[in-house]
Amino acid sequence: MTDIAGKSGRRAGGDILRVTDLRVEVRTDRGPGPVLVDNVSFDLKRGAVLGLIGESGAGKSTIGLTTLGYTRGGCYITGGALNFEGKDIRQMSGAERRALRGPGVAYIAQSAAASFNPSHTLMQQVCEIPVRHGIMSEDDASKEAVKLFRELELPNPDTFGNRYPHQVSGGQLQRAMAAMAMAARPDILVFDEPTTALDVTTQVEVLASFRKLIREHGTAAIYITHDLAVVAQIADHIMVLRHGKMVEYGTSDQILQDPRQDYTRRLVADRVAGHSFRADLNTGEAPILAVQNVVASYRSLAKVIDGVSVEVRKGDTVAVVGESGSGKSTLARVIIGLLPRQSGDILFQGQSLPPALANRSKDQLRRIQMIYQMPDVALNPNQTLLEIIGRPVQFYFGRSNAEVRTRVLELLRMMDLPEAFISRKPGELSGGQKQRVGIARALAAEPDLIICDEVTSALDQLVGEEILRLLKRLQDELGLAYLFITHDLGTVKRIANKVAVMLKGKLVAGGETSRVFAPPYHPYTELLLSSVPEMRSDWLDQVLTGRAKTIAAVKAAQIQVPG
Amino acid sequence: MSTLIIKHKETARLRPLLRLILQRLGLGFGTLLAASLLIFVGTEILPGDLASAVLQNSATPESLAEMRKELGLDRPAYVRYAEWLGNVAVGDFGHSLASHRDVVEEITPRLKNTVFLAVYAALLAVPLAIVLGLMAAIWQGGIYDRLVNFVTLLTISVPEYLVGYILIKYLSVRYAWFPSLANVTPDTPFGDRLVLTFLPVLTLTLVVVAHMMRMTRASVLNIMASPYIEMAFLKGLPKWQVVVRHAFPNALAPIINVIALNLAYLIVGVVVVEAVFVYPGLGQLMVDAVSKHDVPVVQAAGLIFAAAFILLNMTADILAIVSNPRLRHPR
Repeated sequence: MTDIAGKSGRRAGGDILRVTDLRVEVRTDRGPGPVLVDNVSFDLKRGAVLGLIGESGAGKSTIGLTTLGYTRGGCYITGGALNFEGKDIRQMSGAERRALRGPGVAYIAQSAAASFNPSHTLMQQVCEIPVRHGIMSEDDASKEAVKLFRELELPNPDTFGNRYPHQVSGGQLQRAMAAMAMAARPDILVFDEPTTALDVTTQVEVLASFRKLIREHGTAAIYITHDLAVVAQIADHIMVLRHGKMVEYGTSDQILQDPRQDYTRRLVADRVAGHSFRADLNTGEAPILAVQNVVASYRSLAKVIDGVSVEVRKGDTVAVVGESGSGKSTLARVIIGLLPRQSGDILFQGQSLPPALANRSKDQLRRIQMIYQMPDVALNPNQTLLEIIGRPVQFYFGRSNAEVRTRVLELLRMMDLPEAFISRKPGELSGGQKQRVGIARALAAEPDLIICDEVTSALDQLVGEEILRLLKRLQDELGLAYLFITHDLGTVKRIANKVAVMLKGKLVAGGETSRVFAPPYHPYTELLLSSVPEMRSDWLDQVLTGRAKTIAAVKAAQIQVPG
Repeated sequence: MSTLIIKHKETARLRPLLRLILQRLGLGFGTLLAASLLIFVGTEILPGDLASAVLQNSATPESLAEMRKELGLDRPAYVRYAEWLGNVAVGDFGHSLASHRDVVEEITPRLKNTVFLAVYAALLAVPLAIVLGLMAAIWQGGIYDRLVNFVTLLTISVPEYLVGYILIKYLSVRYAWFPSLANVTPDTPFGDRLVLTFLPVLTLTLVVVAHMMRMTRASVLNIMASPYIEMAFLKGLPKWQVVVRHAFPNALAPIINVIALNLAYLIVGVVVVEAVFVYPGLGQLMVDAVSKHDVPVVQAAGLIFAAAFILLNMTADILAIVSNPRLRHPR
C-alpha cells in the first residue's frame, strides 16, 4: 500500500483514513445489480490531498460519499473497511455516523446552487454543522463563518451570510459551500467536482481559494474530478479510476509526466495533444452564413446580443467562445430564428433570413440544423430512433416509409451505430450514443450548416473526443459548415479554423484561430486562454502571478468596446 | 436623507412581490364580480319568481303583474342586477321574504356560527394534518406510514354524515361524553359552545385531515429527492431535522393550497354536517331559503360563500408566492 504524505510535510501525522478493499454494489428488489466500486484501497495522511480521477461511472463520487458513511439510494457497501481514526465507518451506529458527518468528514458538492437550501440564509446553513453538533454556540459559529468568508475572499464577509443562495454568484456560492464544510474544522474535506459547473475564469479563482484553505488549515482532502489538469494543481497523489476499479496510483507528477497505464496515457494525451491550429480552408468563396451587426434581447431587458457579426463559409468550423452569460447560446437561437433579432441582418446563401422561425421557408429551415448540449433532453424518450431520425427525412423530403427506413439505417451506419438500434429508444443508449443520434437527426435534413451548442460538454472527455472526430469526418465527407458554440478552449484550438470571442453580448475578438489565439491577444482572450488548466502541477501558481494585470486589462478594454 | 434613500431602495426591491399581490387582489375581485353575476342568473332561472312567491295561492295573472310592477320585476334583468349589486356594495342585501327581517340581521348570527365551526375545526385539523404528514414522511414506507395512510383514506372515503352518525352512536349515545345536538344560541357561553360543537368539529376534522396530511407527505417526499436534502444528511443531521428544517419550508406552496381548499370547504360545504347535528349555520339557512324561494337570502348567502372561497384561495396563492424565497428576497 502506498502512503500519501503532505507536500511540505505540514502537520505530518499518521493515517487519518485507511480504506481497504472497498466494494460498493447496487442492490435492487430483484437481486444484486452492478458493482460500482470494486476492490479500491488507499490511505490518507493528515494534511494530505488525494485526487480521484475518472470519467462518469468510474465510481469516484461513490467512494467520496462512503467516507462519510453514506451511499445513495439502492447502493450498499458490501465489502472492505473504512478506518477513520482507527474506527471502521461500516461498523458505526447511526448516531456515530451522524457525528462523523460534518465534524469528521465534510462534503463539498458539484452544484452549489442545488446543494444550498433555497429557504435558508447562507449564514444559517454555514453554521448548521457546528451548532447542530453542539460544537459551538450560534454566536461563535457566526464569527467563525465570517472569518472563513474572509479567508475565502468573499465580498463583504461581515454581511455575506445574510444573503440567500440565489442572491450570490455561482463562484461565490461554491466558496460559501467550502466555508460550510470547513465550519466545524473537519479532519477530511471531500470535494466532489467542485469547479466543474463554473466558468473557466471563475474556476481558477475558486481552485486557488480551495487550495489556500486546505493548506492553511492542514486539512486532509479527497478531490474528485474528471479533469486531470485541475486535480494536478491541488493533489499530492492521484488515483485513476475506471468502471469502479483502480487503474493507476501515483504522485501527481508521476501520473502527469510518466503515466504507466494505457488508459491514463490516453487521458493525459488527449489534453496535451492537438495544440495545433487547423489551416484556413477557403477565403475566396462567398460565406453561406453572414451575421451582420445583429442585436437581440429577451423581452425588453438589456441587449443580450449587441452588434455581433460572424461569417461562416463552406467547410468552415467557426467557434463561438465565451463564458456563461456572454450571449453565445442566444446567438445560436437568433440564427436559428427561435429568438427573432431586433436589428441587423442574417444572410444565408446571400439571402436575408426572416427574423422569426415561423416566417422561414421549409428549405431555409432544412439548411440550418442544430445539435444540442443535452441529448437526454433534446430527444423524445418515447420515440424510437426510427421515428426520431426519420422525422426530418419525412418532413423535408416526403419520402415513403420504406425509403425513410433505408435512410435512417444509412445514417446510423454513418454514426458508427449498430443498425439494430433503429427500434431502440434513447433511454437504452449511452450518453455518447445519444449525442450521435442527435447528429444523425441533424444530418437527416441534409443541411449546409449545423449549429453545435456545447455538444461535448455533457459528455466524458474520451467520449467527447470521439464525437469531435465524428464531426470532423462528416465535415470532410459532406463539406458541412459548423458553428461551434463552446466554453472549452481546448476543443476550439483543435477543431476550429475561425473563432469569435464573446464577452457580455459583444464580440471582442474574431478571425482565424491561429491569429486570435496568438499574441498580441485581446486581453480577454488572454484571460480565457490562461485560465484553461494545463497538465503541469505548477500551472496554477504561474497563472495566479500574472492574473491581476490581465483582469485589469480586460476591465480597461471593456470600456473601449464600441457600442 | 440616507435612510430615506435606503427605504426607497427596499420598496423597490419588494416591488415585484407587491405587484404580484395587487394583481391577485384584482383577479379575486374580478372573480367575485363574475360569481355575483352567476348567483343573480341562478336565482333568476329558479322556477317561479319573487312575485309568485309573495302572493302564493292568491296569485292571479292581474295581481302577479301588479306585484311585479310594485317590486320592479318588470324592468330588464340587467337593470335589476345593477341595482342589486349597487345595494350590496353599500351593505344592503334587502329583506327576507319569509321573515321580513333585514337579510343582514338574518344572516349575521348564522355566519358567526359557521365561521366559529370552521375556525374551530381548522385549528384542530391543520396542525394535526401537518404533524401526521411530516411523521409519515419521516417514517416513509414503515408501519406508521401505512397505517395513517389507510386510516385517513378510510375517513375520506366514508360519507361525512355516516362519520357523524358513527361518532354520535359511540361518543354520545354509548358513552355520553359529548352532546349529539349542537343547538347553540347566541347566548351560549364560549366554553359550552366548545363542548356542544365538539362532535361536528371532530366529524369535519376527520373529513379534511386526510387530504391535507397526504399532500404534506407527498410534497415533503418530493423535496426529499433534492441535492440540498442529501447535503443536509451529509452534514450529519438526524432525519426528523432534515424533514422539518430543510424539506418542509420548501414544500409549503402545495400544502398551503390544499389547506385553503379545505378551509373553504369548512365554510361552504358543511351543510350536511350542520343538518346531522342540528347546528344553526349558514348552510342550513341557505337550503331553507332555497326551498322557500327566499331570493334575497339565497343571493346573500351565495355571495358570502363565493367571497369566502375566493378570499381563501387568493390568500393561499399569495402565501404560496411569499413562501418562495426568490420572490421574498430579490437579487
